[in-house]
Amino acid sequence: MHVIGTIITGIGTIFLFIGGLGVFRLPDVYNRLQAGTKCTTLGAFLTIIGVGIMHPGWLPKTLVIALFVLITNPISNHALGRASRRSGVPLCDRSVVDKAKEFEEYKGKG
Amino acid sequence: MSEIIFLAIIGLGILLCLLRMLKGPTASDRAVALDTMATITTALLVLLGSFFGRYVYLDVALVYAVLTFVGLVAIARFLEKGI
Repeated sequence: MHVIGTIITGIGTIFLFIGGLGVFRLPDVYNRLQAGTKCTTLGAFLTIIGVGIMHPGWLPKTLVIALFVLITNPISNHALGRASRRSGVPLCDRSVVDKAKEFEEYKGKG
Repeated sequence: MSEIIFLAIIGLGILLCLLRMLKGPTASDRAVALDTMATITTALLVLLGSFFGRYVYLDVALVYAVLTFVGLVAIARFLEKGI
């Protein structure tokens, strides 16, 4: 049981490190947001569940924390992305498509 | 004692987020780096509880997750349209 929990925690830890690396390396706010929300949600979920499997008495509270992270982390990141889009942060130079701008033009046309 | 290796890897991730937060061109970059750092810190607190063998760290992690969510939604509202 301890070995399984250690392996799951190690996988989650590697995901967390990759999330931090993506936040440091990627060129744009939106790319950084993608790295920072997906990798971090999965990594935190796996790490917390792995600690709960390592110590079986701690499993209910770790389940509560993991479900809370799983629900609220995408919500706050979505709010941040919408705020940065509406406050006019530009995309990077290598972006090829801008669906939000097309949607605004379509909506303005009626 | 494999937790020491895990803590070192998580610490490297937090350090990279901190560099981005010091360097980021706009305010949104810093907010995104702060959000990533806060989620990594929640996992770090649970892992520290496993390392020291204390159950109390789980309560600290839960309260930290709740306060982080509320604070980041407030920061997003402020970036969008001001107070």
